Amino acid sequence: MALTGVEIFKLLPKTNCKKCGHPTCLAFAMKLAQRQASLDQCPDVSDEAKRILGEASAPPIRPVSFGTGDRTLKMGEEMVLFRHEKKFVNPTVFAVEIKDTEADEKINSIVEDVLSSEIDRVGQKLRVDAILINNVSEDVSRFETVIKTVSSKAANVPLIISTTSPTVAEAALKLVASWRPILYGANKDNAEQMANLAKTYKVPLGVKAEGLEALSSLTEKIKSLGVEELVIDSGAIKAKDIIEHNTLIRRAALKKNFKPLGYPVINFCEREDKVLEALIASLGIMKYSSIVVLSSVEKWKNLSLFTLRQNIYTDPQVPMQVEQKIYRIGEPKPDSPLLITTNFSLTYFIVSGEIENSKVPSRLAVMDCEGLSVLTAWAAGKFTAAKIAQFIKESGIENEISHKELIIPGYVAILSGAIEEKLPGWKVTVGPREANGIPAFLRQRMS
Amino acid sequence: MAFVAPKESYSGKVSEVTIGTDKTISFGGENVLPFQSFEGTVPHRPVIAYEIQDVPPGDWPETVKSVYEAVSSDPVSWAKFCEDKLNAKAIALRLIGTHPDRENRSAEDAKRVVRDVLSAIKVPLIILGSNHVEKDSEVLVAVAEAAKDKNCIIGKAQEGNYKTITAAAMAHNHKLIAMSELDINLSKQLNILITQMGFPKERLITDPMCSALGYGIEYTYSVMERIRLAALTQNDAVMQPPMLGDVGTYVWKVKETQASENELPHWGSLKERSITWEAVTAAAMLIAGAELLIMRHPEAVQVVERFVDELMQ
Repeated sequence: MALTGVEIFKLLPKTNCKKCGHPTCLAFAMKLAQRQASLDQCPDVSDEAKRILGEASAPPIRPVSFGTGDRTLKMGEEMVLFRHEKKFVNPTVFAVEIKDTEADEKINSIVEDVLSSEIDRVGQKLRVDAILINNVSEDVSRFETVIKTVSSKAANVPLIISTTSPTVAEAALKLVASWRPILYGANKDNAEQMANLAKTYKVPLGVKAEGLEALSSLTEKIKSLGVEELVIDSGAIKAKDIIEHNTLIRRAALKKNFKPLGYPVINFCEREDKVLEALIASLGIMKYSSIVVLSSVEKWKNLSLFTLRQNIYTDPQVPMQVEQKIYRIGEPKPDSPLLITTNFSLTYFIVSGEIENSKVPSRLAVMDCEGLSVLTAWAAGKFTAAKIAQFIKESGIENEISHKELIIPGYVAILSGAIEEKLPGWKVTVGPREANGIPAFLRQRMS
Repeated sequence: MAFVAPKESYSGKVSEVTIGTDKTISFGGENVLPFQSFEGTVPHRPVIAYEIQDVPPGDWPETVKSVYEAVSSDPVSWAKFCEDKLNAKAIALRLIGTHPDRENRSAEDAKRVVRDVLSAIKVPLIILGSNHVEKDSEVLVAVAEAAKDKNCIIGKAQEGNYKTITAAAMAHNHKLIAMSELDINLSKQLNILITQMGFPKERLITDPMCSALGYGIEYTYSVMERIRLAALTQNDAVMQPPMLGDVGTYVWKVKETQASENELPHWGSLKERSITWEAVTAAAMLIAGAELLIMRHPEAVQVVERFVDELMQ
């Protein structure tokens, strides 16, 4: 919640000296409120004013990151409660827990799962982002061994070091502090020591307390000790508590500018039943978790969670697009049908899905129309006869297939003559208007 | 700085709908966003109905088709199986066989199936057409009469056929699903048109059109959230019907519920993958605001019920 111009004005020297380049202090204050001026333009502003204004202009949910290099994971900075208002900013981090009491074999296999988790979906690389190593054994040397194993196998996978013992924490940080892991964490009993470690080793600190009141006091205390890169855990485990706490945390941060809860949230979603675990993690993705901790990372479970995260974190104002190219569906032969559509990802998914349902191997030419659907692209002049003809010519498809027939969406039947004119020798066939008519259409051609 | 929980109170409330006669079930009625019982009341759990068809599910993927192998050749035994063995709280009978591109069964055939199923089960019945605008207006009118006074849900009324279907639902005392295509304004407009015919808004269910995970679910999700916010914060009466997530039919046609692990090893086990796909889609619809779901796989239904347990208690 930013300050108003008048509130800012009260903090300025009120000398109207014009050194900032504005005619009056009030005019300068108004510009500050609109974020069109910066406070350093005023040479006479007091330190007190700087502090208050600095705090008020900070993002309501603090940016926090961990890991290094191109694997750095950014969290926080969210500005809305509902995704239709504005894009959710930093996607939920998926972390898998490794307990140091597990057998080495199990640990190795989880690390393997993390390393091989990457898949490509609609042009985005998706993967399990981080590993949480939990000192369940409470034994320092075992913890060190496991950290060494994980960090040697999974170099550059961001880590979360989970222990409440400052001694164990320091031993772990000595090994991997340079990777910027999260130290998780601080509680009411160890807050000072943990805060000191986080300061010394320059790592973000996970803070846990039971309930939002206790959590707020604890983060304030830790902040007063000079640590501000925090990740918070309200102790919510049950779905009911996750949705309640996460909603109240985000509301408090955004609507009340309540700083003690203006941090990324970590939720533990582990369940005996792995499908239920996927649902709890899904709740986290939809309802404001910055990190969801999982007990396992099976490929089938990852696929659902990666996809949901991608869907929820897309920009509601920008349509999702797929790459312009000729997609092969099934095992098309030179005489298999060739269809064309636009590159709006939803259009692509639905059309390719229906072609697949038809079981008729085909080629689907997907043309770049800036992510618009067929009718919209046509209306916007991006899916025109000339552009379609040019795309087909430049695609080189003529050398790959033994026919010259192009099937166009029924909604742009009007283009068929013009395309034939611009693509000499080609025959244009009008396909169904809706994708669900494709299976019947393709099958009937085969018979 | 002391923490004060920033609770909201809303002026509007979702309408409460009760269906069935022998065994009834209610949903809706909350005056808060989904599962936010910390600031208001959530009187009912969402209801999950099992989907069955008037014709055998030849086009369903193996993972879900095999569950019903022994019973799905006959809608009555299929319905009984859902009620007796799966403890279905409601059953959704989709008359897909009436579609002109499918078996093109007649309205008379559909009436007979509906009568038979109704006399075999005690739980409430949802009766769905084949989503063919013209044929549905014939079929749904006939089945609404066949199910007279059984307090079913009839659907789906769309822009192109709502008049006849609404009149039939009104005359025979049913609830009605109003479906529009992923647009909050179209949804509102259809609800207005239907209520202007004299159909009580308390008997309406809104279907803003479902989508599967990975296939546009974010559109359904946001349209549902916006409808619900309009219902609660603006107390907009025509936006207050409970919402339907017609999950199974969208989920069980996407590649993720069909492709084998051999074909796509990096997608993992098909069985778990497809069940999770249906369950995650359903969970997203619930969190966005759906109070009524139609689903197919019993394991997906069961895990979503457990998810709801955790959200409610």
